[in-house]
Amino acid sequence: MTPDLPGPLDALTGDATDATEATEASAGERPGETPTALDRIGGPNADETLLTVDDVSLAYGDARVLDSVSLSVESGEFVGLVGPNGAGKTTLLEAISGVLTPDAGSVSVGGQTVQALSSRAASRLVATVPQDTTVAFEFAVEDVVEMGRTPYYGRFSGDAGATEAVERALDRTETAQFRDRSVASLSGGERQRVVLARALAQETPVLLLDEPTASLDVNHQVRTLELVRDLVDADGKAALAAIHDLDLAARFCDRLAVLADGDLLAVGPPADVLTRDHLGTAFDTDAAILPNPATGTPAVTPLSSPSDLDLSVHVVGTGPATARTIAVLAAAGASVTVGAVPSGDVAATTARELAAETVTAPAFAALDADVEARSRDLLAGADAVALVEPADPPLQALARDHDALVRVVGDPDALEDADGATAGPDEFERSRDLPDPVCPETVLAGVRRALERPVEADD
Amino acid sequence: MNVRTRAAGWSAGLAVVLVVVVLVSATIGPVRVALPAVARATLNAVGIPTGVGVASGTVALFGATVSVPVPDLSYTYLFSFPVENTDETIVRGIRLPRIVLGATVGFALAAAGTVMQGFFRNPMADPSIIGVSSGAAVGAVATIALSFSGPFSIQAAAFLGAVVTAFAVYLVATDGGRTPVATLLLAGVAIQTFLGAMVSYLLLQAGESLEQALYWLMGRLHNAGWSDVAVTFPVALVCFVVLAAYARDLNVLLLGEEDAHTLGIEVERTKRILLAVSSIATAAAVAVAGAIGFVGLVVPHMMRLVVGPDHRILLPTSAIAGAAFLVATDTVARSGPVEVPVGIVTAALGAPFFLYLLRTREVHSL
Repeated sequence: MTPDLPGPLDALTGDATDATEATEASAGERPGETPTALDRIGGPNADETLLTVDDVSLAYGDARVLDSVSLSVESGEFVGLVGPNGAGKTTLLEAISGVLTPDAGSVSVGGQTVQALSSRAASRLVATVPQDTTVAFEFAVEDVVEMGRTPYYGRFSGDAGATEAVERALDRTETAQFRDRSVASLSGGERQRVVLARALAQETPVLLLDEPTASLDVNHQVRTLELVRDLVDADGKAALAAIHDLDLAARFCDRLAVLADGDLLAVGPPADVLTRDHLGTAFDTDAAILPNPATGTPAVTPLSSPSDLDLSVHVVGTGPATARTIAVLAAAGASVTVGAVPSGDVAATTARELAAETVTAPAFAALDADVEARSRDLLAGADAVALVEPADPPLQALARDHDALVRVVGDPDALEDADGATAGPDEFERSRDLPDPVCPETVLAGVRRALERPVEADD
Repeated sequence: MNVRTRAAGWSAGLAVVLVVVVLVSATIGPVRVALPAVARATLNAVGIPTGVGVASGTVALFGATVSVPVPDLSYTYLFSFPVENTDETIVRGIRLPRIVLGATVGFALAAAGTVMQGFFRNPMADPSIIGVSSGAAVGAVATIALSFSGPFSIQAAAFLGAVVTAFAVYLVATDGGRTPVATLLLAGVAIQTFLGAMVSYLLLQAGESLEQALYWLMGRLHNAGWSDVAVTFPVALVCFVVLAAYARDLNVLLLGEEDAHTLGIEVERTKRILLAVSSIATAAAVAVAGAIGFVGLVVPHMMRLVVGPDHRILLPTSAIAGAAFLVATDTVARSGPVEVPVGIVTAALGAPFFLYLLRTREVHSL
């Protein structure tokens, strides 16, 4: 290492250190101590806005990439930036980190405008985990993590906090065990953690991640996001991550921001933001949004082809499979009615969210006459009926009154017995009486089939 | 810290190798001088500058002679061991200036080559990649062909040509305050081709001085004197110190410019400094020694294999290894029955080694 060697040109060009120190001095800071920016701004418990993106616009030549984007992220908050390819996610992240300078608007971290700072000062406030983490040269893991200390490194004085910060970052990301290995020899997931460690060594209040899970397998995707979640919760960082996978984004982020065509379409809790409307506008696709049975967070299922099922379908059944059926049909454009369904059932919740007309009954009670009558009305008015099995006998009886009936099953075991249920078109004939599994394609195919050839006398 | 220790250890080891190479080289020649006598004479030659005076030199330009002031350093010599007079004259007066100049040139070229390879993230980069050598060649060949004369006139013209070319390439490649590395590379290639054409034309016009011009182009260290060393060594040393101060920044730049920016490097400013300083170092070396190829390309590669990619270790070790390499190859160049330009020897040894590297090592990035 040669930081102590004098560099005559520094005197000519004005070294960055001077500018940084001036900035720090104005913030009431003694230069020698190199406290983390987080300490400076208020520590983990300050539940305040750390990152403010204010009315940022940016164009490449004539192509406007960001159009008056405003967004804020608080301490201890993890915000996911979602949107289609080319929506401007990376551009927004680069405008925040200072790599790009916005044409209009400003980005500030803890009250300091990023664009007005030297890149050295800015990189003490914002750390970035880039999309591409490949390192062409064979640096040891520890050396790469130590590069995160660059913003604290005086050309002539070194960095007193380096060793401690690097150890902490290696520990935190569980990369210490391969600290001496070359980054080039690591797997994608390991390298991702090393680059995350590098960002941690920067000890910034704001952490930006560009597609942190893009090239990882399922296990490493979840581990990476869990780690970010933990950093946000325990250290009070503000994290903003561009994430492709909407389900993962919904699961790990406090809020999601949908970016489409350089515009923020919606910002809010995942359940509010991941709606058919927003996704339809942003991604130009139809998607079913169903609660994930394991995590309870919204799960997005894009439909293979955007369809316009100009029909009314009545759904009978209970439980998650029914909820999915409702969502699939609603997403496909059908006007869905539901009932009777127990009021607390997930199917009832889904029906409410998708604005379907629903007949609810008290849970665990027999159908009373009024409920049954109203259900029959809805059923009779529908073009087709979807019966989600297994269903209680009264519900089954209700559904079988309709000519165009499609039976749907949510239980995978039942699927295996009923061989051919997922088979190709020529086998539909043979399996007509078998229930279809709940997935968008089969439900829609089933409804269409039921309408084409109404079930005559259903045994 | 760890890196500091490793850098110091490797550098010290290579410095010992350099000293041995220098001493052995000084024993070799038409007259063999015993090693102890060489060692004593070499120590006697170690001097520190203690005073600056002004001497006057003359510059002849199109027949007219102009007198110009030339700085004149006086030295204090630290040792005076008894050495036989002829040995002292041979070693100190003839061989050492050439050896020390060779070491200085190798040192500067290898340091600049290391920086250029890191800067361009391209293993094919060498110190002349942005046209420094071509510019120097135009300056030198023009001076020789058009028969200017004066103290250091060839060297001064070569240095000027080199610096002007590097600056021109930089200007061509810079747009809106940014200098994309790829543009720089291509602009360098284009301008080198153009300057190559100019050199060819000048050679056609050279007439009787054609041989001298060709010798310059091949790169040679013969007729080197202490005055060459006195001019080149300080420039090379200062450039090296600046580059070494930026070794850490260069490491971070290897991650890519956007990463470097988010890690707090002022990317464009750092690039400017690295480019300017390594171009000056190259220009200073090429001006006195001609276009010596492959030192700046092969030595950094060899050292990267040994010490790894960290420039805090790679830069000083490459520079010292470059010095030893050029002294050794120049010894080969002058110890045959007929002296050949050292550029031929470095290329003849360097090219096969480079091909070997290409065949055995995966080239990670281009």
